[in-house]
Amino acid sequence: MAGGNMIARHEGSDRLIKISLLVVAFSAVSVLVIITIFIFEQGLPIMMKYGLKNFLLGQNWFPSEKSFGLLPMIVGSLLVTLGALVIGVPLGLASAIFLTEFSNRRVSRFLKPVIELLAGIPSVVYGFLGLMFLVPFIREKFGGSGLSVLAASIILGIMILPTIISISIDSIRAVPDSYREGSIALGATRWQTVRMVVLPAARSGLVAGIILGMGRAIGETMAVIMVAGNAADIPGSLLAPVRTLTSNIALEMAYASGEHREALFATGVVLFVIIMILNFLANLAARKQYRKK
Amino acid sequence: MKDTAIQVINFSHFYGQQQSLKNLNLQVYRNEILGIIGPARSGKSTFLTCLNRLGDLVPGSRVTGKILIDGQNIYCPGIEVAALRRQLGMVFATPVPLPMSIYDNLVFGPKLQGKKYRLDLDGLVEDCLEKAGLWIEVKDRLKTSALKLSGGQQQRLCLARVLALKPEYILLDEPTSGLDPISTMKIEDTLRLLKKDYTIILVTNNTKQAARVADRTAFFLMGELVEVNETGIIFTRPADKRTENYIEGKFG
Repeated sequence: MAGGNMIARHEGSDRLIKISLLVVAFSAVSVLVIITIFIFEQGLPIMMKYGLKNFLLGQNWFPSEKSFGLLPMIVGSLLVTLGALVIGVPLGLASAIFLTEFSNRRVSRFLKPVIELLAGIPSVVYGFLGLMFLVPFIREKFGGSGLSVLAASIILGIMILPTIISISIDSIRAVPDSYREGSIALGATRWQTVRMVVLPAARSGLVAGIILGMGRAIGETMAVIMVAGNAADIPGSLLAPVRTLTSNIALEMAYASGEHREALFATGVVLFVIIMILNFLANLAARKQYRKK
Repeated sequence: MKDTAIQVINFSHFYGQQQSLKNLNLQVYRNEILGIIGPARSGKSTFLTCLNRLGDLVPGSRVTGKILIDGQNIYCPGIEVAALRRQLGMVFATPVPLPMSIYDNLVFGPKLQGKKYRLDLDGLVEDCLEKAGLWIEVKDRLKTSALKLSGGQQQRLCLARVLALKPEYILLDEPTSGLDPISTMKIEDTLRLLKKDYTIILVTNNTKQAARVADRTAFFLMGELVEVNETGIIFTRPADKRTENYIEGKFG
């Protein structure tokens, strides 16, 4: 009988722990829900008032004249994010492949923590370095003010490297060695093995790393404000200044009021939706991989 | 007169400080099945990976002596290792289908050599699966994942994949250790048929398997070759007491 009681008591404490963990897990999710509701509640009414089309496709952002066209910022965000991926993905994947498949253990044991340290540098420092070195360099070599799409893309490309590299390394390492052995025993070279067996097997992890890098690039604000020039016009070239959605909010929130303030929340809504769409598309791409069904 | 295909001369292998193969001298004749038996860690598998130089991949691995395959020392500098590995196809203890379709697994090796003509490949796939005794079971689902096959089917797929390389030698490292008796029997039957076209080296921890399929059998112990002879002789009147003890199950 005593034994029976003890089992009952243990089951009781198990349930308690289960319930409290459930509460904690849900409170994390509820923060997301609250943020979503708040942004949409603040931003949607003004979008409805002036028309969704005017917001998304309007080219003029003159808050004082009640003109809230977000197209330049939407194009700007997509452009610098794309630029960051063009620079960051090849570099990141190449580094990850080198560190996992080609370098010796000692080199990768030294380099991986160093690369991860890059993620710890505050973004304002990246922006500062960009402003001091990259912007003058672009100004002298290519012309223009230097504050440009190109500068923002390069800085963001560097900033997303640690994310892409460390997640790619983890997913490449998770590929069983037996695949490599099997492929090499069939007469494949190391590089053929990487290209035809290891990378396809690691694909979902690689895509996840790129998604996270992309999320960081599109959400980054401070470094971009410092090097991008921030003119609210659709950039005509890579050397033209650009303003992103996040910059738009950060630059004007301090003094905005009334409808202007609401329009900045609307900017947040657009950003939110774009990030959701990109995530969805990237997940779709990841799921198409070859796997055991 | 038997034709010597592989000749191992004073061959030793080291992992770092530790010597894993000790001064081996051994011949493999063409179109025979050479069985290699011996307890765990006796160097059987290491010997196989030395033959196709897969052992090179292990850091700290080092060899002395010679292995002549068709008269050519494979540890000569300048040997093209990928081509060597195609010539000596290897099947591992655990089946390792690559994470792609059955068809793609088979054409993986040939495609590396640039054979990209589809018609050619379809015939090759059928031929190799037929020889490995798997064609009837998978002919309707060549495009499905190889990972969905059963263990025994996966191992026969690995064998078929090796045949697709058109090798001269087949190295098998305990190919049936994880398989049920029926799958084991199918593989053994296949090996007997393959013998007329290939030279086969079969490492096995199952002495009865060597007795069933090998023409000659070698007994390895602690990195040494204790003896090698006709399988019938090894199993009835071995020259060395240690061989007799191992076969009778007194150790190992």
